[in-house]
Amino acid sequence: MAVTALREKQSAVHTSVEAIVEVKGICKSYGNVEALRDIDLDFPRGKLTSLLGPSGCGKTTLLKIIAGLIGASAGSVTVDGKHVSGPGPERAFVFQDFALMPWATVLRNVAFGLELRGTGKTEREETARRYIAQVGLSGFEDKYPHELSGGMRQRVGLARALSVDAEVLLLDEPFSAVDEQNRRKFQEDLIRLRSKQNKTFIFVTHSIEEAVYISDRIVLLSPRPGRVSQVIEPDINRSGDPDRIHRDQHYLDTVEEIWQGLKQYVE
Amino acid sequence: MATNVRTESEATNLTLPATSEEAIGLRDRPIILRLVSIALFAGIWEIAGRIPVSFAFPTFSDTIAAFFGLIADGSMPAAYLSTLQPLVLGVLLSTFLGVGIGIVCGLSRAGEWLLIPVFIVLQAAPVAAFIPLVTFVYGIGMTAKTIAVMILALPVIVLNTYKAVRNVNESLLVMCRSFLGTRWQTITRIILPDASPVIFAGLRLGVAAGFVGVVLAELLITPTGIGDLITFHRSRADYAEMYATIASIIALSTLTLVFLQWIEVRVFRPEKRGA
Amino acid sequence: MTPFGYRIPMMASLLVWCVAWEIVGRLDLVFLLPPFSDVLAAAVQLVQTSSWQDATVTTLRAFATGMALAIMCGVPLGALMGRVKIADDLLGMWVNIFSSAPLSALVPVLMILFGFGERTIIAAVFLFAVWIIVLDTRAGVRHVSPSLIEMARSYGATKPALYAKIILWAALPEILAGIRLGLIRGVKGVVIGQLLVAIVGYGALFETFSRNFRMAEFWALTIILFAFAMLIAELIERIEGKVEYYAGARQ
Repeated sequence: MAVTALREKQSAVHTSVEAIVEVKGICKSYGNVEALRDIDLDFPRGKLTSLLGPSGCGKTTLLKIIAGLIGASAGSVTVDGKHVSGPGPERAFVFQDFALMPWATVLRNVAFGLELRGTGKTEREETARRYIAQVGLSGFEDKYPHELSGGMRQRVGLARALSVDAEVLLLDEPFSAVDEQNRRKFQEDLIRLRSKQNKTFIFVTHSIEEAVYISDRIVLLSPRPGRVSQVIEPDINRSGDPDRIHRDQHYLDTVEEIWQGLKQYVE
Repeated sequence: MATNVRTESEATNLTLPATSEEAIGLRDRPIILRLVSIALFAGIWEIAGRIPVSFAFPTFSDTIAAFFGLIADGSMPAAYLSTLQPLVLGVLLSTFLGVGIGIVCGLSRAGEWLLIPVFIVLQAAPVAAFIPLVTFVYGIGMTAKTIAVMILALPVIVLNTYKAVRNVNESLLVMCRSFLGTRWQTITRIILPDASPVIFAGLRLGVAAGFVGVVLAELLITPTGIGDLITFHRSRADYAEMYATIASIIALSTLTLVFLQWIEVRVFRPEKRGA
Repeated sequence: MTPFGYRIPMMASLLVWCVAWEIVGRLDLVFLLPPFSDVLAAAVQLVQTSSWQDATVTTLRAFATGMALAIMCGVPLGALMGRVKIADDLLGMWVNIFSSAPLSALVPVLMILFGFGERTIIAAVFLFAVWIIVLDTRAGVRHVSPSLIEMARSYGATKPALYAKIILWAALPEILAGIRLGLIRGVKGVVIGQLLVAIVGYGALFETFSRNFRMAEFWALTIILFAFAMLIAELIERIEGKVEYYAGARQ
């Protein structure tokens, strides 16, 4: 019942905010295996939308299709009205396994996106330093990835994505290889960071708590084949102390509702 | 990390010494144990020489004395001067040629299809059989010896380079693509840096093979340099001198390899450096 | 390595090279390179000669003996180094040195110690093959999961049973890999040994053929030798494939 209420509210919000990423009729098959079926989704500008679902629901596949890293079998993705046929400068990706170059320092890793674009050394390092500071890694510029913890490595990955100044950030389970305490701290920092950056986030996760904690919108996907089963907009006030959210009644209710909905897919 | 190590040991498996990375660990052992180990080896050699196990088995002390004698009379330095020339030249040529071929084969399917099987055969087969043939084509000079070195060193270097390039970290390739890296940028900024530790390990194996090649060339083709020193002292039954020469070339090759490994860790493995 | 498109292209591209060889041979560009068909014909003739058959018997016998000795010494020594730290500390350095040293330099020593005959060849095979078997066995034994050993102990396994029923089997993939590499090195050892001694087996044949410029026969012998080396490696790889299923599960 509460879900229907949320749904109604969602459609109301939907019309008021312009969509930056539009996914229309996306299908993806690997041979005989159907990974995604007929996905229609809009991602509103400036919001953080999570793709949530059990394993096998194709959430990472969908994210990579939006990133242009893999092609869809049918359907189209547009970003700012432009058709997506491959990676583009308006989108930046944060990888589940960090994908940091072990031979390069934090500074060079963060500046890598700009390096590939041919930005001059001084300029790109200045930008990189700024974002390294924003993700809370000041003082680690000359360290190598192997000298950092998992959480810090992913902060490098995030800083790298931020520094190319893309409008859309695509995060593929960014915290799944980060330990629990660091993950929570990182989630808090992400909320703070978002209030400063006016960017659109698309976030893949399999953690219900994580999705509810950080998202403006949650897209629930059901598995085999992956389809959109629900769109939820948790109405949680994220200003103020992030710790408070974990005790927020609305937060707890939403987590419980989503779990009741997902339960049937867990064997 | 675990997958990294796996591909690496696989890469070395195909090549000559499949020393799993911890097996190499000469440098991990405390100095004292290493000295004890050397002393023990020398002691056993000394005793075996004193029994003696064979008329042709000199004691350790005699061999050491012979070693300094050979250095003093200048015959060993002169021999090394002539041996090292084809070795260095052959290894250098193999390095440029081998890394080049390996990269091309790693990047291009056609190159892989056409060339890699040949090098796999050359790697597994006893190519030493070619050395007498080389003599016919190039005579008994420097060219023949350099080619002998290359015959042995090239396959290892090509195959290691090829495997390193082929097994490059997939997720870094995707990352580079997502940040709009061009093909050329992907090769120079991701593939080559990621492959360089394994390529360098291949060079080390190439140097080891090069030593085998130059010794064989000098023993088989024409007695010059170290090969001449060994053959000459054997014919005069100066066994201590002969053993000293052989031990010296084994020691030189070992020291070279340890040095190269040290460079490898210092330069190419920031994750292992200063550990 | 991709399981598909690997073995098939490999064979195919070698055929291309054989055709290229045939063409170069027919054009008579290099007098040392007779057409491939001539080499094949020579190979057929060669295997019927008694000199080849005798040489093959000698070579195989020396190879098999040397390899058997290398495996019999290498595996226990490797297991010892894998399990006993002091043995590892004292021997590890030398095993590493000899596994990558130019052992061909030692063949002249073998010749004086063992004479100009089969015993030298056996010693050469042993010397070339043994170190890599020791190294890989050691690595395999070291990687045996401690909980597996504790499991055997807790069920009351005696020391011999522990080695025979747990350690040997758990380390089998690495031991087989070591033996495969040892075999490849052993083939090199037998050839280098015979080339240097020059009056035994294939070494004598190579010597005769190259001295008298009988190039077709020289190449035929080379091809037979190469094929033999590849065949052995392939054979062991098959056996390795059979134990791989649990090597993969272990990790």
